[in-house]
Amino acid sequence: MINISAIIEILPQLLRGLGITLSVLLASAIIAYIVAFIAGLSRTSNNFLINKVAGIYIEVFRGTSLIVQLFWLYYAIPMLFGIQLGSNWWTGVIAIGLNYGAYLAEVVRGSILAVDKGQTEAAIALNMSNYQRMRLIILPQAIKMMLPEVGNYTIQIMKATSLVSLIGMRDILYYGDIMRSTNLSQAPLVYVVILLLYFILALPFIWLTRKGEILSKKGVASQ
Amino acid sequence: MSSNFRWETFFEALPFILKGLGLTVGLTFACFGFALLFGFVWIFLRRFPSKSIVWLVTWIMEFIRSTPPLVQLFFIYYAWPMVPGIGVTLEPFTCAVLGIGIHYSTYIGEIYRSGIDSVDKGQWEASTALNFSTIDKWKNIILPQAIPPTIPMLGNYFIIMFKEVPLASTIGVGGILYMANSYGALHFAYLEPLTIVGIIFLLLSYPSSILIKKLEVKLNTRFDKNAILKKSNKKSTQSLNLKGSDHIV
Repeated sequence: MINISAIIEILPQLLRGLGITLSVLLASAIIAYIVAFIAGLSRTSNNFLINKVAGIYIEVFRGTSLIVQLFWLYYAIPMLFGIQLGSNWWTGVIAIGLNYGAYLAEVVRGSILAVDKGQTEAAIALNMSNYQRMRLIILPQAIKMMLPEVGNYTIQIMKATSLVSLIGMRDILYYGDIMRSTNLSQAPLVYVVILLLYFILALPFIWLTRKGEILSKKGVASQ
Repeated sequence: MSSNFRWETFFEALPFILKGLGLTVGLTFACFGFALLFGFVWIFLRRFPSKSIVWLVTWIMEFIRSTPPLVQLFFIYYAWPMVPGIGVTLEPFTCAVLGIGIHYSTYIGEIYRSGIDSVDKGQWEASTALNFSTIDKWKNIILPQAIPPTIPMLGNYFIIMFKEVPLASTIGVGGILYMANSYGALHFAYLEPLTIVGIIFLLLSYPSSILIKKLEVKLNTRFDKNAILKKSNKKSTQSLNLKGSDHIV
């Protein structure tokens, strides 16, 4: 079953989709991190309105499924706003970014709240402003605590990029499906190679997550 | 395609889509049940006396966990029948149960493991001292203490899997997403049916997550307070990890 020459034949076909998979991964991860920071910080805010708006965003995106959000945005964006985003690429990136942004926002909020109360009290005692306290005392410790979770969710984002093939993006899975439909007997090998490619993409993040777990326990005053 | 959102279409599509709700919920239960059972297989394999087997199983779990469930689903549906010797053609529903079930069983295995690890060492020693057989030890001593505290985490995974089940529409299981897409194809209106699907998910998953939070509080007061206290010392990062290794695609 394992046939080296067949793999050599399949691999370059699949690698044509690697660029799309990587660009969607990179862009949606960046959007997710930025959105997560904004929403997570808003959730710790004392301003009722900001806090609630972020809360609704988080619950709506966590409460519905990513594949539904992807299809919804795919049809809704051109329709509701009358604009063409230009490509399905943006639809995929926005859907994945906003979905994981909501999950990561909870991580950001949880880490900020997990920093020991004594740190806040000490910062107040040292006459720091709210902004200084957040920037110099709370966030450096909270970010360390987030690291393993951010690694985990980046793997999730990587897994989610495979969904963009459903809205016609030509990623790894798209080319795999084409090869499967032209030659069904090749299917097992094609999908095994796809799975291995995704696993290779995940390896650096698995490693980073493990590193992050060690790092997150150092120099942090957690409750 | 209609130029914007139309309420007539919305109410026309509603009964059509609700026909798929039973299948979506049923599939969620089937996947979850399968994952609960299969999670024990991972636990069993990981406690094997041979180190190399444990190492291999750990990496197989890591492999299943860090590759997309969509590809795994396609593998079982399209590729499995083509595998020489052991290949069989399966119904889409069975494929979905296997694909999503096995993917999430690796997460559920980790939850079981965290529960088993938190059973006090004295309990293991006592059951050895009392000459319990291996089966009796697991059945009567370890599992009854290890599993109930993990129920809220398992509940979270139930909700996560509920949101994951629409993936099965890609191999033709007729859940709500499948119904919405077929309504869209028939009437050339996708926005309204997909909005309905989103609302259904929100209406079912949000209240369930609140219920699970309440259950968590209830269980925390019931189970061994010392163990809970011990855990809460390490809490911040650990509890976050457990909750978050959760999700999805």
